[in-house]
Amino acid sequence: MTAVTKQANSPISHLTPEDIEAIGRELDEIRREVMESRGEADAAYIRRVIKVQRYLEIGSRAVLLVSIFPPAWLVGTAGLSIAKILDNMEIGHNVLHGQWDWMRDSKIHSTVWDWDSATPVDLWQRSHNETHHTYTNIVGQDNDLGYGIMRVDEDQAWEPRHLAQPVVNFLNMLFFQYGIAAYDLNVGQLKGVPMKDRSPQWHDDAKRTMAKVKRQAFKEYVLLPVLSGPSFLTTIAANFTADVVRNVWSHAIIMCGHFPEGVQTFETEAIDPDETRGEWYLRQMLGSANISGPPLLHLMSGNLSHQIEHHIWPDLPSNRYAQVAPRVRNLFDRYALDYNSRPFIPQVASAWHRIVRLSLPNGWLQKTTVRNLPKQLRLLAAMATSDPATRAALQKELDA
Amino acid sequence: MAITSDVPSGFGALLRARGRRLAEMALTPHDPDDFLDLVAPLRSGAPLRARIVEAQAETRDAATIVLQPGRDWAGHVPGQYIRIGIDVDGVRHWRAYSLTHGPRDDRRISITVKAVEGGVVSPFLVHQTRPGTIVHLEQASGEFVLDADHRRLLFVTAGSGITPVIGMLRNLFPVTDEGVRPHSDLDITVVHLAPSHPDSIFVSNLEELGASGAITLITHYDDEAGFFDVDQLADLVPDIADRVTYACGPGPLLDALRTHHEAKGLELQVEQFRVSTITPAEGGSVAIAGQVIDVPAGTTILDAAEAAGVLMPSGCRMGICMGCVLPMTEGAVRDLRTGTIVEARPGETAENGVSVQTCINGAAGACAITARN
Repeated sequence: MTAVTKQANSPISHLTPEDIEAIGRELDEIRREVMESRGEADAAYIRRVIKVQRYLEIGSRAVLLVSIFPPAWLVGTAGLSIAKILDNMEIGHNVLHGQWDWMRDSKIHSTVWDWDSATPVDLWQRSHNETHHTYTNIVGQDNDLGYGIMRVDEDQAWEPRHLAQPVVNFLNMLFFQYGIAAYDLNVGQLKGVPMKDRSPQWHDDAKRTMAKVKRQAFKEYVLLPVLSGPSFLTTIAANFTADVVRNVWSHAIIMCGHFPEGVQTFETEAIDPDETRGEWYLRQMLGSANISGPPLLHLMSGNLSHQIEHHIWPDLPSNRYAQVAPRVRNLFDRYALDYNSRPFIPQVASAWHRIVRLSLPNGWLQKTTVRNLPKQLRLLAAMATSDPATRAALQKELDA
Repeated sequence: MAITSDVPSGFGALLRARGRRLAEMALTPHDPDDFLDLVAPLRSGAPLRARIVEAQAETRDAATIVLQPGRDWAGHVPGQYIRIGIDVDGVRHWRAYSLTHGPRDDRRISITVKAVEGGVVSPFLVHQTRPGTIVHLEQASGEFVLDADHRRLLFVTAGSGITPVIGMLRNLFPVTDEGVRPHSDLDITVVHLAPSHPDSIFVSNLEELGASGAITLITHYDDEAGFFDVDQLADLVPDIADRVTYACGPGPLLDALRTHHEAKGLELQVEQFRVSTITPAEGGSVAIAGQVIDVPAGTTILDAAEAAGVLMPSGCRMGICMGCVLPMTEGAVRDLRTGTIVEARPGETAENGVSVQTCINGAAGACAITARN
């Protein structure tokens, strides 16, 4: 998708500035209603999820002490995978967003919570809550757009290295927790900067990240397996599987949030430095995509299946997104905006399609047929081996 | 024998420490306590909590709440108070309540609460308390406590020095709709001094206690009776020699009382409030926990920070219990009761900041406060 302001038929060209401010006011009003109605039932909800997660985690780990028996391995691994997903998605992500700070519970608070993920929470909060949620989908400012390593927008210049991005994305999926940690440390952007030239703050952050990675890895792959005695190897396998299951699942959910086809991106120049609240809301509305499905999907996705609602109000308690979603959808309809919501499989497929499509130069995939394949491959090879100027000239052929 | 008894306990302690370390490593990033809390919230080693045993209705609008505190409850002496954290409508509120009874044999403790009209916590405790509910607790505190041997007392309070005394008196005489519950064996006289008759809830409380006969109240307002001289005390309280004096107020008064009591060989306990005068700014911004919060004139830092989602310690919310105190590293705050300014200047004041009560202070310009974590 080309940045929204460069499109011939912009999906927002029919909106007047007054419309945009009216949208903003309406969303503010919904937010106010929900925030004022937060209460005992909401608090009971998150405490129940946390309680279930803890019992599930401790129970699964206990079962895995005898994981040498295949049924125990299966039950324990499944339970631990679910526990890790709940920990990261519905609990960790949302608590760290401050969605439950209003309870003033000194244990369930964005400033004290920690999660079963490689990245230290404050680094994640900085890159995710501050940068990504503020500069959502602005090319060049929101590093979540391709995590700084992939090309996910036509406006990002194509380079030969992008040919590898389907593989990169696949590996990132398997080891997603480490991908996030590297991303929170800005590893992609700092590539090529010598260690000695990086700030003391960065070195401190990197040290803390490594310390957490070691602590977690020691637990999963040394201590708990040793405690399992004869089940040493099977416990390692179980813990590794649970980590990968959690990684694959959270990677899929997060790809669905901003990568599916139809999600809009924005360019820095087009964004007024004095962007109004209404304009900010509009950017969040068009820059996100939902996953439709049953309540279990919403729970397991940490309610990021309501990515649109989450981006409009990142600090709304997650259990309320489903409640406000119909009103948000109605607002989209009334202003003739595209509410991007599809079931899980099409949405994941769409995101992967975008990754693959943009690993190739703009227009290449669309213009390639079985008959012109040899010619197209020769063009691709030429682009992949030429200097940027020649590449730009060859791109014209594709744009024609 | 000391050796044989010490070794196992030392070894046991070491074993426990090692065991805990192992559990921490096996459960990281979660805390072993998070799992133990699921099954044993009152165990030894847990953050202090209590289970509500029962709520005994005292009157239509007051109840005594009996609590079974956790294993680590260290006990209390009469006159002390506790801070209780209870969830009302999903939100944790902390309040300070005086402990109604002396230490009991069954280790239970109790507080007597009057439902304050329009209040959040007290009506909830009086009318909706459910036995079995777990509440959060802090150890009893309050250094300005009554010595159990003192039965005939004289309180001398001046200005805002009334506050800790009111806390103590409320404990001794729970006020209910049916009036003040008398105390059988205490004989208390209160001398309250102020420049003029102030319109404050504390003075009303005092007058209520005086009217009910629970205490003998003697007030001295400078605008009516002229400047107070400590030598007048013996005239106001003829039996002063039979009483132990507890005094709370500004430094000069306490100094005068010390001299006066020393000369007469009378017993005196004091609590001093500091006073300084700087022109206050109207409201300001407070930097705390990574946020900069706008605190409008007349709003307490506690209220503003809580509204912004900061985890703030709090207690009585009226300047008595000190449960809300946090260090201010820079800037100035204003006591909303007295207009008093407290300042912190980096390099001049203490490095770890000046303690301020967030529940009665507003911002006086920009200031920085360190959140507890």
